[in-house]
Amino acid sequence: MSADVDAERDPSSWQNELYDLLRRHRVTQFAYVPDAGHRVLIDRSLADPEARSVALTTEEEGVALLAGADLGGERAALLMQSSGVGNCINMLSLVKGGRFPMLMLVSMRGDFGEGNPWQFPMGQAVEPVLEAMGVICMRVARADEVAATVGAALTMVFQSGHAVAVLLTQRLIGAKPF
Amino acid sequence: MATPHDRRGTAAAVAPDFVLDRTQAVPALIGRHEDFLIIAGLAGTARDVAALTRDGAHTYALAGVMGAACAMGLGLALARPDRRVLVVTGDGELLMNVGTLATIAVINPPNLSIVCVDNGHYGETGYQKSHTSLGVDLEKMAVGAGLKITRTVRSEADLADGARLIRNGNGTAFVLLRVKPTDPPSYKRSLDPAMGRLRFRQSLLGRP
Repeated sequence: MSADVDAERDPSSWQNELYDLLRRHRVTQFAYVPDAGHRVLIDRSLADPEARSVALTTEEEGVALLAGADLGGERAALLMQSSGVGNCINMLSLVKGGRFPMLMLVSMRGDFGEGNPWQFPMGQAVEPVLEAMGVICMRVARADEVAATVGAALTMVFQSGHAVAVLLTQRLIGAKPF
Repeated sequence: MATPHDRRGTAAAVAPDFVLDRTQAVPALIGRHEDFLIIAGLAGTARDVAALTRDGAHTYALAGVMGAACAMGLGLALARPDRRVLVVTGDGELLMNVGTLATIAVINPPNLSIVCVDNGHYGETGYQKSHTSLGVDLEKMAVGAGLKITRTVRSEADLADGARLIRNGNGTAFVLLRVKPTDPPSYKRSLDPAMGRLRFRQSLLGRP
């Protein structure tokens, strides 16, 4: 591996660690609307012959897709930007009413250091609307907390059968590069 | 004020090319339903499937979350490449998330088939016209999304070809079944979404 690639991967090392963690916990379907904050997870799922990578046209499809995967006995994760949370709300009726396990990884906009005013309304509404639909939210602000938080979420989702959103905040992913 | 029944008469009068009766056409198209894992959309198609399968454990039928059926079928088909998965949905339900056809087409799972029972109306809410009564062609939208195996079934003569397609596709098959705007069968099914999940998983996986 070249020094350039090493340097490029270094800031994303928590994302590589996160992908390995999800795969170790037998997550095999990765559904997403592309977002820079999930770049490594998306690329690795595309390159992984044992995983299925599903590009969505809207995030709510992902909620239904994960429920379908669960009916078939497979584990899945839904990756999105915080604006996509708003697209999921009614679809989460399926998760709450059907008690489907649901793991959402949300890269945040509209919080710490945001420079685009369009991002604030949905970004600031993420936690209240998810909680209103019965989804437990856990925020991560530091790279060294990602694995422990997602590890806890994996237990809550696939052992306890709950819906959990891990919010990857702009303190973690940075406010600028989007 | 028009009752739903009155509206239905009007709807039938303005849609002469919708001739099949869903209570006969849906069972004829699907055939041996036990060969499939079935996701049904809400309202009419949930009742079509419940009546056909006697609310069987190999089906998961929605009663809300409009627009979910095709994506649920995709997740199930990817999880179970060893089984044939059939989505039975309506024109209104499919229109709500018609982009899912694009999501499915780029993956093109060969074990997935979609039947859209198109009556041109929102039957559950009083038979208001849907977009497919006003010029929208969902088979053309499926083709435009990139699905390669598509058909419109308009008459009894088309049913055998549609039935073959949903079983023998080399990729995801899409069949638009045009039917009269008449009521689906009445069948009292369970509306508990959590019970439906546990029942489906127990039957398929041998665990809840």
